[in-house]
Amino acid sequence: LEEARRKSKNRRAKPQRKAKKTSDDEEDEDEDESPRKRGRKKKKRDSDEDEDDEDRSTKKGSKASRKKKAKDESEEESEEDNKKKKNGRNGGGKGASKKTKEEQNKDKKGKGNGKDKGKDKGKDKGGDKKKKGRYHVSYIQGIVYFKPLEEAQEFVERFEGALGKGKGRKWYAYKVMMTKILMGLPYGSIARKTVPRAEQDTAMDFSVLFDFNGYCKYSFIFYGYYNNDRMVGVLKFRLPLSYLLVGVGIFGYSLMVVVRTMARNSNEGGEGAEEGEFTFSWKMFTSWDYLIGNPETADNKYASITTSFKESIVDEQENQKDENIHLRRFLRVLANFMILCSLGGSGFLIYYVVKRSQDFAEMDNKELSWLEKNEVEFVMSLLGLVCPPLFETIAELEDYHPRIALKWQLGRIFALFLGNLYTFLFALFDEVNAKLEKEKVIKNETIWALNEYYANYSSFHNTTDIPPPNVHPADVVRGPCWETGVGIEFVKLIVSDMQVTYLTILIGDFARAVIVRFLNYCWCWDLEAGFPSYGEFDISGNVLGLVFNQGMIWMGAFYAPGLVGLNVLRLLTSMYYQCWAVMSCNVPHERVFKASRSNNFYMGLLLLVLFLSLLPVVYTIMTLPPSFDCGPFSGQEKMYDVVMETIENDLPAFIGNIFTYATNPGLIMPAVLLMILALYYLNTTSKGYQQANLDLKRKMQMARDEEKNRRNNKDSTNQVMKDLEALLPDRSLAPPPEEEEEPPPEVVVEKVAKSPKTKKKKGEKGEVDLQKEVSLAAENPKGPVTRAPGSRGAPAGNAKGTQPGKERSRGGASK
Amino acid sequence: MIGFHLCKDFCVLFYFFQDCTFFTRKEMLRLHGRYRELAPHLVPLDYTNGPDIRVPLALIVTMPELKENPFRDRIVETFSEDGEGNQSFNDFVDMFSVLCEASPRELKTIYAFKIYDYNRDNFICKEDLHQTLVKLTKGELSAEEVSLVCDKVIEEADLDGDAKLSFSDFENMISKAPDFLSAFHCNSRLFTVV
Repeated sequence: LEEARRKSKNRRAKPQRKAKKTSDDEEDEDEDESPRKRGRKKKKRDSDEDEDDEDRSTKKGSKASRKKKAKDESEEESEEDNKKKKNGRNGGGKGASKKTKEEQNKDKKGKGNGKDKGKDKGKDKGGDKKKKGRYHVSYIQGIVYFKPLEEAQEFVERFEGALGKGKGRKWYAYKVMMTKILMGLPYGSIARKTVPRAEQDTAMDFSVLFDFNGYCKYSFIFYGYYNNDRMVGVLKFRLPLSYLLVGVGIFGYSLMVVVRTMARNSNEGGEGAEEGEFTFSWKMFTSWDYLIGNPETADNKYASITTSFKESIVDEQENQKDENIHLRRFLRVLANFMILCSLGGSGFLIYYVVKRSQDFAEMDNKELSWLEKNEVEFVMSLLGLVCPPLFETIAELEDYHPRIALKWQLGRIFALFLGNLYTFLFALFDEVNAKLEKEKVIKNETIWALNEYYANYSSFHNTTDIPPPNVHPADVVRGPCWETGVGIEFVKLIVSDMQVTYLTILIGDFARAVIVRFLNYCWCWDLEAGFPSYGEFDISGNVLGLVFNQGMIWMGAFYAPGLVGLNVLRLLTSMYYQCWAVMSCNVPHERVFKASRSNNFYMGLLLLVLFLSLLPVVYTIMTLPPSFDCGPFSGQEKMYDVVMETIENDLPAFIGNIFTYATNPGLIMPAVLLMILALYYLNTTSKGYQQANLDLKRKMQMARDEEKNRRNNKDSTNQVMKDLEALLPDRSLAPPPEEEEEPPPEVVVEKVAKSPKTKKKKGEKGEVDLQKEVSLAAENPKGPVTRAPGSRGAPAGNAKGTQPGKERSRGGASK
Repeated sequence: MIGFHLCKDFCVLFYFFQDCTFFTRKEMLRLHGRYRELAPHLVPLDYTNGPDIRVPLALIVTMPELKENPFRDRIVETFSEDGEGNQSFNDFVDMFSVLCEASPRELKTIYAFKIYDYNRDNFICKEDLHQTLVKLTKGELSAEEVSLVCDKVIEEADLDGDAKLSFSDFENMISKAPDFLSAFHCNSRLFTVV
């Protein structure tokens, strides 16, 4: 991750290299020239390059010339660089098949036929109608995906400060976006980046775009767009390697952040803070802050004090409830059973729907209604909408404390989400396998076709120097790109999730509030007080929604890098939207309880979701072969091969040796064992500390009880005896009475006529009948203060706040 | 310390005062200024003869430091000689002296107890708690909630089992409270040297 970041900084001034064109597009994976950086506004260049591609006379411009051109462009482009995008380094063309290697060499050797376009790209415009057409197309494409890019960048920059920790997950999403790669050849330059001819008619239709097909599918948003050139640009940016590293690095970084937040939360004393000996007393006597002078602050303080009292009252009432154990247990078991049933039902429903969608995929796209096309996402979102309230109603049977009930509710919704998502994933997996099969077939076909072409060509021209076939990128036979397919599914899922959320708020909260408010005038019963009343703001539901959203992002980010940017936009808009909705349509919960105390619980959920999202991605990286014609890993056996290849080729030899040793099972096993032992040891230690804490608390409690007993038994002690006792040194609470500060102001106020209200620090059963005390006590060291002030020290020093530290040790303001 | 004499420039007075309060000379001057602001027609500039001037409660509670405090009436009453809230300058100084930062915890405890003891029987009984709570929550809690809280407070703090809080109960409870000192002080605007 660090490496990728450094690269991105270097990449600022990335040169752009002219796209090499796909001569032999049957083997799409082979790119001759380094991809050009996409951070460009000028589409003209695209067109020119496309024209170049067309123009076979200039099959490949000279590498050198291109480089130079690229450099020139880079100067003007660097400002336009997308700072947020990271550029990976291009991994090796290891995946290139034998055939493609030939092509590559040929291309590299080929000196561009005079297509030494320096900076005057713009001037060269072929009059070819086709070229114009493509220019138009690529221009539009550029606009289509540049605008969102620019906007995304502005958005993120503008809200960078505001994002902060506002909604913590947004922060993750933002960071993730920052680390994503966005470079490579522009649209239309190579086959994988081009819409196939067959689809081009409909590629711009809104409906197609909405389904994330058409131009969207072949944009940087999805995995399939990225080229698999090992290195890109003059700085040799390794795209595939970086793609992989960033993808994995996202998980690692998110993991670290979540765990760190959890640790911080638990340190700030979560659960135990409420237990105190004098909860209510302290709340009553010490909660008001005497410094308050501002009316608004005062109002807020009143409100918070009231809330705090209510919360404690709720806690207290829970403790006082009568217990009918058996009925309660039975009801709870019943409730759990019902909920399990509904969970199972929802899982089955999703599976069924996904199977159906696979059948639909076989059918012609045009015959399907919108509902049928989006059935899966629709059903999933619907389930997410219907089930939580269902769970809540069932949970009324259980009769828990609100905080605990909340946790149960969250747990159940979580299980629902998990079940749904994994069912969805399994179904997706089937789809992926099907695509892989199809791919094999196509691959064989293309290889065969290429062979034919070469055979024909050499027989026709009788040369051995065969130029690659001259095929327009759009006409190339394309394999099904399963990664992009997966990416599309995820994006659709998130979009539908977002739609459902917005609709819910609109209808469930806003429309409801409007109806309640306005129909109330002409309705038989009080709509506001009874049913349906205003919606309550559902904290748990919303937090869970965020957590799930993040989980889906984590899963989909590897296959659809643009997903992260989309999600950031979605989060921003939904934040404002929901803010407005809450302020205008919602009322707070009736029962007040501190949801924030469950902070760690939510973070724990997030952590769990992180792991669960990690699994599918890692599994696919490790086991599934990448598509042969799309994505940065195309042509390789496994995706992580790029790492191995980098280690072999780019790094010094000894590092390779180190890695070989490190991955030796003989080393890994002891390391794992050591970690387990450390875990066990730390666990035991922490348990020991907890036990010590409990013991200390118990001791304190015992000491307090003893005090109480002692006091209760001393009712009839002589006052004088009490005074003497107060002089005993082990009285920690009462400061030694000598030099007692009688309240000086009191002393001042005392006229001679009045008996001094000296308050002696007795500590014990000091009745506040001070006057009586003074007269009874034979030797009251603290006589009425008529003494000269001189006995006191310099007041100035005291007045300047030397007080607080001293009050325990002696009576404070010794003057 | 009775019979202070204010000379024209307050010098002597201040030396007396300084020994009995926590204030410096500057602060005393400022205090006097504030006291006078409350009722300029009533309070003379010259305290040489020790005039017996008392500012009524209604004027004192308009001070910004006290205006928002739910217990302002009780505070002013506690520090007034006649118990009705009419404060002489002595009382005034007393009040802010106890509430200031320099005043010790024990002192504050004593006066806090007095403030919360509405019926002045030297015990904080359930009625007192009731009134305190209602003032604190501005009547937002229902009657049973208030009753519940009051019972809980007595249950928690009452050590001698007489269903009301004596001073030692109160003091025992307050001494363990972490926020008491920080909550029970009020001085910033008045005494910082500008």
